[in-house]
Amino acid sequence: MKKLFALLAVVLCISMLASTAVLADNVVKIGVFEPASGDSGAGGKQEMLGMQYANYETPTVEIGGETYTVELVYADNGSSTDKAPSAAQQLVSSGVSVVLGSYGSGVSIAGSQYFADANIPAIGASCTNPQVTAGNDHYFRICFLDPFQGTVLANYAYKELGARTAYSLAELGNDYDQGLATYFKQAFEALGGTVIADSFPTGTSDFTSYLTNAQMYSAEVFFCPVSIAYSTQIVQQASSQGVTFPILGGDTLDSNVVANAAKGTDVNVTITTFYQEGANPDFDNGFKAWLNSNNEYLTNNGGNDMIAAVSVMGYDTYYTALEALKAAGTTDSAAVKAALPGVTLTGVSGSIAFDEIGDAIRTSAFVKKVDNASGDWNFVTEQTVD
Amino acid sequence: MWNTVFPYLLSGISVGGQYALIAIGYTMVYGILRLINFAHGDVFMVAGIVMVYMAASGLPLWLCIVLDLVATAIIGFAIERIAYKPLRTAPRMSIMISAIGVSYTLQNLVLYITGGLNQIYPKIPWISDSITIGSATTKVVTVVTPILTILLVFALVMLINHTKVGMAMRAVSKDFETSQLMGININSVISTTFVIGSFLAGVGSTLYFTNYTTVIQTSGAMPGLKAFVAAVFGGIGSVPGAVVGAFIIGIAENLIKGLDIILFKMGLISKPMGLAIFSDAFTFALLIIILAVKPTGLFGEKSIDKV
Repeated sequence: MKKLFALLAVVLCISMLASTAVLADNVVKIGVFEPASGDSGAGGKQEMLGMQYANYETPTVEIGGETYTVELVYADNGSSTDKAPSAAQQLVSSGVSVVLGSYGSGVSIAGSQYFADANIPAIGASCTNPQVTAGNDHYFRICFLDPFQGTVLANYAYKELGARTAYSLAELGNDYDQGLATYFKQAFEALGGTVIADSFPTGTSDFTSYLTNAQMYSAEVFFCPVSIAYSTQIVQQASSQGVTFPILGGDTLDSNVVANAAKGTDVNVTITTFYQEGANPDFDNGFKAWLNSNNEYLTNNGGNDMIAAVSVMGYDTYYTALEALKAAGTTDSAAVKAALPGVTLTGVSGSIAFDEIGDAIRTSAFVKKVDNASGDWNFVTEQTVD
Repeated sequence: MWNTVFPYLLSGISVGGQYALIAIGYTMVYGILRLINFAHGDVFMVAGIVMVYMAASGLPLWLCIVLDLVATAIIGFAIERIAYKPLRTAPRMSIMISAIGVSYTLQNLVLYITGGLNQIYPKIPWISDSITIGSATTKVVTVVTPILTILLVFALVMLINHTKVGMAMRAVSKDFETSQLMGININSVISTTFVIGSFLAGVGSTLYFTNYTTVIQTSGAMPGLKAFVAAVFGGIGSVPGAVVGAFIIGIAENLIKGLDIILFKMGLISKPMGLAIFSDAFTFALLIIILAVKPTGLFGEKSIDKV
């Protein structure tokens, strides 16, 4: 009897080994380098939802004539540049073929070198700072850049809102915030306006004095390209201080969390972003149905099924990675890296192709505004820069 | 001139009041245990999170506030019993490290529960409303905070100076061993200290998060640190010192944020210099200066080494 058990155990072990071996042959790992916690946790989760949905929709990929199952490997970079390196190393050591992300340019830059050393390509979904892709050959991105976004926002503030004095507020030490604020300032001053720029330290929750500053300078627009956690504070405090200027933000503010904060107030929140809900009904319906199928997804999306632009970008990044894997014909990360510059596809957010730096060629941004009564984002215009 | 300074002063007094309520917890625990309770800022944050979840469960808001304060006091009590009491005879450094451990445990627990997403604090009627005073528009809570803080501190000072528990606290803070010999149950005195400190942190969190409505797991870190600086500034161990220190830091911090515009309106500078960046740097520079000039703080007792 004992012998029989032993035999059975051995057989079981071998079959288990065999089955994992079979699986391992056909798995390609894609790293998800996103913040699941910290100031940008809400945005990172929404971007991840896009990738998860794409993975749910297309869980396999044809590489070199064989079907591979795609496994998403998650690493939380905690929205902070000091946690990003260990998250990047975690992905490198788990042997991913390509990395997606991150939400937030600062963490992308902080993790970049580790991917470069391991010869692993990375595709940014929504990190808009030029430095992410500049001076390296492994970081790509599918979204527009901050110089472009800053110019769009400055044009909108100057021409559409008629502002001549702008107050800009960015987080100290945050590459994304500071970058976008600088480009906005350059473009706005080139148009003939004045910009008063302030910065606040990480961890600030009291923005009343900054709002007072803007009021004292009689600013006609309050530009704050900050993380979601700060922007909700700013919107709510602006409302209780009864400010009259509109709040202008970049793609980070495109979240239902921000829209909810502005709901029921009379603060005008206007932003630029990558995607406008309704532009692709097929995607919208599929994504919403998927979100509603699981409570965890809904929670991660901020409690309702409104589509954040970063989810769309996450979705398109996943397919860009699949195209690169197909083109490479192998799961070897160096080959994927070599194949990426030639990848083109038509994503939900528009057509995607890379220039020589590794940036997507994009010429337009969407401008959206919060509907204070319903807490939805309303489409304003599609802005291009000549 | 007054119209320019007033809004910053108002924000400063309000933030100062909130820092004060947290600072009292630091200073009382230090006074009695000679322990810097690093977890105190996180107790403050947990009070905020508990409130968010309680309000979401649909209980009436007044009951939530009461239950939240009770829960916060219990958490403070439990932390002391679980993490500090077993180390009573250990070197002070061990308790300090235990406190850091509690701080990280609380933060990560909240990270796990909330999934790292920022929670929006419930709107408490009346104190969430906007009012206009002179040249500033703000929430009612801004005005309520300093008044409530002063009242609570007054009650606390009364308790310390005129009750039996207060007398025991003073005795324990003067001499630990001797008070034990005199028949004081130091465990209950210490527990009372933690309950009071946590309760005040709970009140502070209600006021703070009503003003700054986003709660995440690191929300307690900055206010906790500033309150700690306030406690040291005022002379750690002294309750009135902590309150005065907190108000000074709150006001100074907000005046620095507006220093550019104040100087500009006074005609001292011709264009903004971006001084607002230094608001936090100022707080910590102040700490260094105080420690260098007057190591015991504004109201600190001179330490007498017993040989």
